[in-house]
Amino acid sequence: MSGNMNLTIKAWRQKNAQARGGFETIKLSNISPDMSFLEMLDVMNEQLMKEGKEAFAFDHDCREGICGMCSLVINGLPHGPDNLVTTCQLHMRKFRDGDTIVIEPWRSAAFPVIRDCAVDRSAFDRIIQAGGFISINTGNAPPASTLPVPKANSDRAFDAAACIGCGACVAACKNASAMLFVSAKVSHLSYLPQGKPEKQKRVLAMVEQMDKEGFGNCTNLYECEASCPKGISVEFIAKMNREYLFATALYSEKVYSTDA
Amino acid sequence: MKLESKIPGGPIAEKWTRHKFELKLVNPANKRKFTVIVVGTGLAGASAAASLGELGYNVKSFCIQDSPRRAHSIAAQGGINAAHNYPNDGDSIYRLFYDTVKGGDFRAREANVHRLAECSNLIIDHCVAQGVPFGREYGGLLDNRSFGGAQVSRTFYARGQTGQQLLLGAYQSMMRQVSKGAVKIFPRREMLDLVLVGGKARGIVVRNLVTGELECHEADAVCLATGGYGNVFYLSTNAKGSNVSAAWRAHKKGALFANPCYTQIHPTCIPVTGDHQSKLTLMSESLRNDGRVWVPRQNGDPRKPSDIPEAERYYYLEEKYPSFGNLVPRDVASRNAKTVCDNGLGVGSSKRAVYLDFADAIKRIGENGVSAKYGNLFQMYEKITDENPYKTPMRIYPASHYTMGGLWVDYNLQSSIPGCFVLGEANFSDHGANRLGASALMQGLADGYFVIPYTIGGYFASEKLDKITSSQAEFVDAAKSSKALIDRLLSINGKKTVTEFHRELGHITWENVGMGRNKAGLEKAVSAIPSLREEFWKNVKVLGDNVSFNQNLENALRVADFLEFGELLARDALYREESCGGHFREEHQTPDSEAKRDDEKFCHVAAWEWKGDNQPHELSKEELEFENVHLMTRSYK
Repeated sequence: MSGNMNLTIKAWRQKNAQARGGFETIKLSNISPDMSFLEMLDVMNEQLMKEGKEAFAFDHDCREGICGMCSLVINGLPHGPDNLVTTCQLHMRKFRDGDTIVIEPWRSAAFPVIRDCAVDRSAFDRIIQAGGFISINTGNAPPASTLPVPKANSDRAFDAAACIGCGACVAACKNASAMLFVSAKVSHLSYLPQGKPEKQKRVLAMVEQMDKEGFGNCTNLYECEASCPKGISVEFIAKMNREYLFATALYSEKVYSTDA
Repeated sequence: MKLESKIPGGPIAEKWTRHKFELKLVNPANKRKFTVIVVGTGLAGASAAASLGELGYNVKSFCIQDSPRRAHSIAAQGGINAAHNYPNDGDSIYRLFYDTVKGGDFRAREANVHRLAECSNLIIDHCVAQGVPFGREYGGLLDNRSFGGAQVSRTFYARGQTGQQLLLGAYQSMMRQVSKGAVKIFPRREMLDLVLVGGKARGIVVRNLVTGELECHEADAVCLATGGYGNVFYLSTNAKGSNVSAAWRAHKKGALFANPCYTQIHPTCIPVTGDHQSKLTLMSESLRNDGRVWVPRQNGDPRKPSDIPEAERYYYLEEKYPSFGNLVPRDVASRNAKTVCDNGLGVGSSKRAVYLDFADAIKRIGENGVSAKYGNLFQMYEKITDENPYKTPMRIYPASHYTMGGLWVDYNLQSSIPGCFVLGEANFSDHGANRLGASALMQGLADGYFVIPYTIGGYFASEKLDKITSSQAEFVDAAKSSKALIDRLLSINGKKTVTEFHRELGHITWENVGMGRNKAGLEKAVSAIPSLREEFWKNVKVLGDNVSFNQNLENALRVADFLEFGELLARDALYREESCGGHFREEHQTPDSEAKRDDEKFCHVAAWEWKGDNQPHELSKEELEFENVHLMTRSYK
């Protein structure tokens, strides 16, 4: 299919975390509306490299909306103007011939820029490491059929577990809060019977790490939910807040089972 | 080279139990003295790192992505097989074993496959305990669905995101070990070389993708869980970063590469729309449970699909294979799609597509019923194609998806280099010439959770390993040659971009080493790939430097390896004068166009040994014996 769009790209270029960044303007022609946004950037990079200029750096991998690696704030919106998609699933048919498209990185102190629009999201790994798991060793599991889980709980757990850890919620939030990400993992595990024994310890540890990483607090603007490619609901933030409150009041390493 | 598979003795069902007993043990206090490097954090790598960390080994885990959670296992959609027989429909470990050997067209190792089937139930139990939200019935118990190549429902699933949920389970277990100090993670690192000391794998050289620095890491064993080589076709359902480099570098250090020609072309992918296409998107095979595959009977029928009456639709899979219908194995489904399109019956603007129609399923279980099962896949399809699959049939076409070939390993998952173990898709052992749906997740996790923790202990307990450091000559030399390679790439400053070379390679491999292969085409590929490689080293344009984040350089290093590997792929396909599973040689087919094996001449694993740059590989054979599932013509009719 032949391309028929001409675009002006303003892309954020920054050599590394220390360097001062700025926008570079690049003109593109012959862009097909069937291209994905990242395929448009591939075309742009081929053009830049042919001119002897270094390619624009951006993270991407699976290109089917599930790995969570792609990012990009497009015209002010994390993952761009479409709903419930990652940047790699955004298609150029969402734009018009002659458009100017502004591309920026996820902006948050907790996500330092590596180069251009590739950022370091290892803070998320450290939050999971703090407690985003169920303590079970390989070989230790009871037979799967001994553990019935009400379908509604299982489904809710799944809704939360669908988080891909991309960080759009942080990029969308004026406080750079990671509450949607953290609450999704907290809720996924606490909805399930397997996750209940550790739920108080978990929420305390994960929230503590979240604060340590420099993410801001939630002020209920719901920008995170609006930008989430997986439609993770802010209700999980409310659930996490309840769990956190109970845990701060009741949890102690020395006290036995204080299930809230 | 003499290949010793080390298959334990005894009846098939007792081999693994017996082997676990016979393997020597490392006592708990001694485990902490051993360091294991795990490269790759997909299902096999993450599960291995977690389990080895739990046992007390020191684990160093490496991945190319920014976080271990992003490895491409995450994109597996449909499900994971296990022989639990919860639906009471006649499944058993033996049946899963049988189906997998048969599905692999009798080119897998029986003992490995039986072990895989034995581990399958443990995997489900473990993943449930980790909090993987598998699909459940209202009674709270686990649900199953059916999948290609089986007549029982044995596939566990988590909506259309099974791979994601299983990977997050493994990742979380691994991060728990990180918090305990047992596992250390090294993201954004790419393995450039395997380091041998005294003939044993003792470490790796990696490139820090952020700083460009070459780092040397020593260990007592190295596990490669680096996935498959599907991107040799340029367009595939693999992630953009998926590559053959780690396996290829190990190969060049002495690990034999087995059966590279066994590649799987997945039947249900979204068709190509134009030259800009950067990857292909898979629609889970589970869709074939409820979707019906058809094309118009009339060549070039211009009507909309909904205007074509039932009698003028050719449901070719249902007609040709009445007992399996739309659920024939992947190779059969893919080849048939190619045939109908070659015959001019294809649909869509490219005419390289067939319909996958859900109208009957919607009549039966309603839009909501279909949405509950496949909602996210339908959404994904609509986002990409701008068409609503609830209203109009999906258009699908096969694409490169999985590679059954890989580094040769023995029953312990050890390659031909002592101390170098290979797990998951990166090895060759369990799927033969064709992998059944929902078996990749099973194999990756079986290798990582339930095989390597035993077999690596056997290695440590029976080998004497000298104390080494990463500053000794072997490491320094390996880092030097990696550095030389990088400097050479950066100095060429030619005219063609890395992607242009990759696309050209993909064109050669897809046209000649794709779904249908023949002698003339393969010979063409065998001569075209070395010329392209030569041109690459003279005319590639790699910009930037090696002291910063440089994706152009990363990509160049990977494509350089694909340009070497692609030739071996074609040579192996040329060597294998038979059709089996995903390897279809047009010269070898039955009168009704089915694959025709040659068990007299080719009932063996072809394992290739690197002999130096531009030197022919040397072939070693491992004969395959089928004592339980007797050799027969695979039929799904």
